Amino acid sequence: MAIDYQKLSLPYSAPAECRAAGVARRPVIVVGGGPVGLTLAIDLARYGTPVLLLDDDDKLSSGSRAICFAKRTLEIWDRLGCCSAFTGKGVSWKTGKVFFRDRQVYAFDLLPEDGHCHPAFVNLQQYYAEGFLYDHALAQPNLEMRWKNRVVGVEQAPDCVLVTVETPDGRYRVACDYLAACDGSRSPVREMLGLTSEGQVFRDRFLIADVKMHADLPIERRFWFDPPFHRGGSALMHRQPDDIWRIDFQLGWDADPVAERQPERVIPRLRAMLGDDTPFELVWCSVYTFACTRMQRFRHGRVLFAGDSAHGVSPFGARGANSGVQDAENLAWKLHYVLRRDAPAALLDSYASERECAADENIAHSTRSADFLTPKSEISRIFRDAVLSLAEDHPFARGLVNSGRLSTATTLADSPLSTPDADPFAGAMVPGAPAADAPVIAQGRRDWFLHQIGGRFAAVHFAENAEDASTRTFRNALGDEARGIDVNVDALLVTSPGADDAAHAHSAVQEGTRPRVLVDAERLLAARYDAKPGTTYLLRPDQHVCARWRAFDAQALQAAIARATARR
Amino acid sequence: MAALNVESNLTAPDKFYEALIDAHRGLTVQQSQALNARLILLLANQIGDVGLLCEALSHARQGIDDAPAGASEFSSETKGHP
Repeated sequence: MAIDYQKLSLPYSAPAECRAAGVARRPVIVVGGGPVGLTLAIDLARYGTPVLLLDDDDKLSSGSRAICFAKRTLEIWDRLGCCSAFTGKGVSWKTGKVFFRDRQVYAFDLLPEDGHCHPAFVNLQQYYAEGFLYDHALAQPNLEMRWKNRVVGVEQAPDCVLVTVETPDGRYRVACDYLAACDGSRSPVREMLGLTSEGQVFRDRFLIADVKMHADLPIERRFWFDPPFHRGGSALMHRQPDDIWRIDFQLGWDADPVAERQPERVIPRLRAMLGDDTPFELVWCSVYTFACTRMQRFRHGRVLFAGDSAHGVSPFGARGANSGVQDAENLAWKLHYVLRRDAPAALLDSYASERECAADENIAHSTRSADFLTPKSEISRIFRDAVLSLAEDHPFARGLVNSGRLSTATTLADSPLSTPDADPFAGAMVPGAPAADAPVIAQGRRDWFLHQIGGRFAAVHFAENAEDASTRTFRNALGDEARGIDVNVDALLVTSPGADDAAHAHSAVQEGTRPRVLVDAERLLAARYDAKPGTTYLLRPDQHVCARWRAFDAQALQAAIARATARR
Repeated sequence: MAALNVESNLTAPDKFYEALIDAHRGLTVQQSQALNARLILLLANQIGDVGLLCEALSHARQGIDDAPAGASEFSSETKGHP
């Protein structure tokens, strides 16, 4: 029988520390068991770093809340080994339609090309997402979760963070090397440290309603500006699993947030939209406002902020949870490297700078979307409506319509960890970019490139054939007999289909030999990475491009790894 | 990036001006504003270069004498989440 994740009570037992004397020390404490905290805790545990996760509650998300999980988030959860639950239950989609008044003005496709393992988006209620992550967290030996453990005190000492925790069985203290605050937009940890997240509040209110109904509609995002059923406002509709539909109505700043969530107000709005003949049941509703906020710095000594505690955006564009999950994966490997002494603590400053830039990008998109949805002046509304009125017959205007710029992974431009290009390259795989996926053949089986990398640095060498000169150099530097290069680097050799059957056969039978050989099954990998024979990429443990060269050079690779681990 | 051309560039200036005024004939002020907005968007797309467009915006704004200093249409406010 399916688990009812909304009713699930997460287990609590009295922590031994409540009775014991002394203060135990943990490497990492994660505060908050939402999508960001759970992702971070699982990622760290899989690296081999023991994690204690504390959450003040014993319930998963109340209501569906975040529902649109983006391709990059799915790729991250795939690397953590739990993506099939999400794609299996969730509703995959990549297309959408925009309507203005009584007409459709255009349709869009967020992922028009094939050759990616994951769809552009999966819609899934947040309680499922948290439930699946929770199930996966239970299976991690290095991860301890404590529910109903409320952090009530955080104190930074020179060599640790001292945390006071309140439970139904009393208080205890625990120390940690690092504390990750994933405790949401009202972050108690942030408040305890006297820090703030500041920005702009938008003067508008939105009604959000989950409706259960059978509707034979295509799986797509639908957005209406000024529709006949909701004049003067906008509306948004998304499909979720279990025949649940998310409907969002713009109400305006003067709307009464309490009155507007009463069923006698909500149901007529839904009736006007869905028609008199469609039976539906109102499952959940809420009225919200939003703000675009950011902490000035995401690292404060041994305390790191991730997700909504560090930054807030509007829901349009699905940039909240998705950017938080990207925070988590950025932080996980860096904490692991620092705790294992493979990198100095300065590596954590790059978490802050990279994700602060990402937050700025998300906030800029979110602010522009909000200004398009809620024009702040008469002239702003005139231009907005002009854009919408042109969009149907003038393709250029569709690019100006902004109903939310949907979340894509942030390219960490200007990252201090990236080695700038010395050789000319075209395309999107610039240093700092999240690695693009492509179909490959690995060990004789069809698979995906992103399944071959991650969790460690990876050197990926594109070969003419497995025995050419540059490939021999790569083999000598990174193969089984490698000398000198950090062995904690994965070595991958990419060959063209049919180019080198003998080498493939050799690699297929000898699992575990370095370098591993991948066949670029549809030549999409070389195309997406603008690769020629000799091209070598260095990828980070979080699957971001770190450095690239037109020819392999062991010293350059070593230097790039040192730079990417803040060792120079 | 090309600089904004402020010398005469129209093939038939009088004809263009007449057509511009004619296009607004019979419209309410509100309709004229909508027409202007659509026209600006169409022409902006034709120019394409955002640097050039920003230069044009700056020239256009400089010619407005009575804009109060620091005027803003911003109706939002800042807040600090504790």
